[in-house]
Amino acid sequence: MTAVTTSTVMTDSVRAPETVPAPPKWVRPVMTGLGKAGRVAAWAVLVLAALATIVPFLWMLGVAFRTPADLYADPSRIAPHVWTLDGFRAVLTQLPFVRLAVNSFVFAGGTTLLLLTVDSLCAFALARLSFRGRNAVFLLVLTTLMVPFQIVLIPLFLTVFHLGWLDTFKGLIIPRSVSALGIFMLRQFFRTIPRELDEAARIDGAGPFRIYRQIILPLSGPALATLFVIQFMALWNDFLWPLVITSSDDMRTLPAALTLFSSQSGIDHAALMAGASISLAPLAIAFLLAQRFFTEGIATTGIK
Amino acid sequence: MALSSDARDGAVPRRPKPPPRRRILRLNSAYLFIAPAVLLAAVFIIEPIIQSGWMSLHDWNILDTTHQWVGFANYTELWHDDRFWNALRVTVGYTVFVVIGQVGIGLAIATWLRRTTWYTMLLRSAFYFPAIASLAVTGIVWKFLLDPQVGLVDGWLSKIGVSPQDWLQNTALAFPSLVAVGIWKNFGFSMIVLVAALQGVPATLQEAARLDGANAWQRFRYVTVPAIRPALLFTTVIGTVNGLQLFDISYVMTAGGPLHHTESIVMYLYQRGFLEFRLGYASAIAWVLFLLILAVSVLQLRIGGDGSDD
Repeated sequence: MTAVTTSTVMTDSVRAPETVPAPPKWVRPVMTGLGKAGRVAAWAVLVLAALATIVPFLWMLGVAFRTPADLYADPSRIAPHVWTLDGFRAVLTQLPFVRLAVNSFVFAGGTTLLLLTVDSLCAFALARLSFRGRNAVFLLVLTTLMVPFQIVLIPLFLTVFHLGWLDTFKGLIIPRSVSALGIFMLRQFFRTIPRELDEAARIDGAGPFRIYRQIILPLSGPALATLFVIQFMALWNDFLWPLVITSSDDMRTLPAALTLFSSQSGIDHAALMAGASISLAPLAIAFLLAQRFFTEGIATTGIK
Repeated sequence: MALSSDARDGAVPRRPKPPPRRRILRLNSAYLFIAPAVLLAAVFIIEPIIQSGWMSLHDWNILDTTHQWVGFANYTELWHDDRFWNALRVTVGYTVFVVIGQVGIGLAIATWLRRTTWYTMLLRSAFYFPAIASLAVTGIVWKFLLDPQVGLVDGWLSKIGVSPQDWLQNTALAFPSLVAVGIWKNFGFSMIVLVAALQGVPATLQEAARLDGANAWQRFRYVTVPAIRPALLFTTVIGTVNGLQLFDISYVMTAGGPLHHTESIVMYLYQRGFLEFRLGYASAIAWVLFLLILAVSVLQLRIGGDGSDD
């Protein structure tokens, strides 16, 4: 919204307003190259492409409500002929679904909250406090940004094994609760907050922790929210780590359990798609409600 | 800091001691702030990296109590391992096709959906939606979409007279299918990044180029593309790093098959390390992957960057 209004203001101020009427906002350089028919066709292609993009999800939902006979009879249909809840019933009885969902929430939510705390504390020190070795720590953060997770997977597995943390929440959460990307993002953001604010607080007698908690954190809402969304989504969807660390059915997370379930013989399509729908639901609902955080978060980390 | 302590000294000349003590306190508290992150990183990131390199120089089996030092034997074995070269080819090929596809399609759509209105937002959400689904869910759904008996793809193709294909079991079709799913999953991400970048290109630049007689393509090529270069570079690097780490969808959709035609480096690492417990060999694979990713991203940043850092 704001972007649109400022750009209109800009173009208005550039051209002489009395002599040349400002062009309608929707006439854009790319569009003017095409005739009206071309524009309609282009939009039609875009809408069709958008539909094609989400068809797999519609089909997934459709299959979740179908009977096997219905599915085999006509694979080209998306909506069921006859609606049934058998798929949901099957997946809820064959998999400890509530337990899996709770595990996923504890793993993704717990790790993200811990990570936000650890990362923001470190980022605050890097952005605001002076101490010996600060540059070394920052350099270390930048270097670990480049390290792919797979390279540490095996020794990390052994460390968790030696700590006796395999198949526990501790083992799932603690090794993942620091992120170089998070420290880097928050440090960059904290540096944009005017220093005068913490100077004023310091003169009023506030120590570093109070400055961190009462000045920096409250002003960093958008950055923290974005980091939360990025990390929660990545962990909720993470597959390799829970697969390696957990072994009992009680400790699996949704993606890992669903995948193992799908590779078992005698596949029940409706049950699998019902499971996939349920595991997608929290993120899908969150996305529809808070699109801004998803898209803006991604965009701002991209442009930076 | 220096200013405030001077002022204090000036105001209360009888007490010269507080400033040094405060400084010591501040010094200590800074270390308290970084302690959790440094401690966690030391144990769970840095130590494992070194450990991984160390392990790759050993014949390291999880079931053995002692591990024999073998020098670079794991790496020379890797050099002669056809299955590794196959995995490398699959991974690099997948990455090249998916990155070109996702950035190309993402850019094309982003230029059309640059403006923010209710309908462009709706379309953007649809295009971005695959990016929020987990790779495991994506893999499961596509595995059945491409199924010759119940899948929608063959269902629709048979309507227009194309005989059903077993996409994921066919050695010629499995890899292209995986690439298509990879592009479908990722182009929305590139689109969002590029939309944000396009919105940051001043309209006056386009205007000036138009007045100079540049046509739509020239304006795009010589005004828009240079202006969004950082975003293009960013989504290319991220796409490449993700592509080289291909695991989830090939694990779920094809399990590396048929006949290793879709087996990626990470799948091969998983196979050797966690199914055969040859951790030394798997660590060597991990290090080669690490060096590959490092080299490719540095190269991309060198070529694509304009020299101005930050």
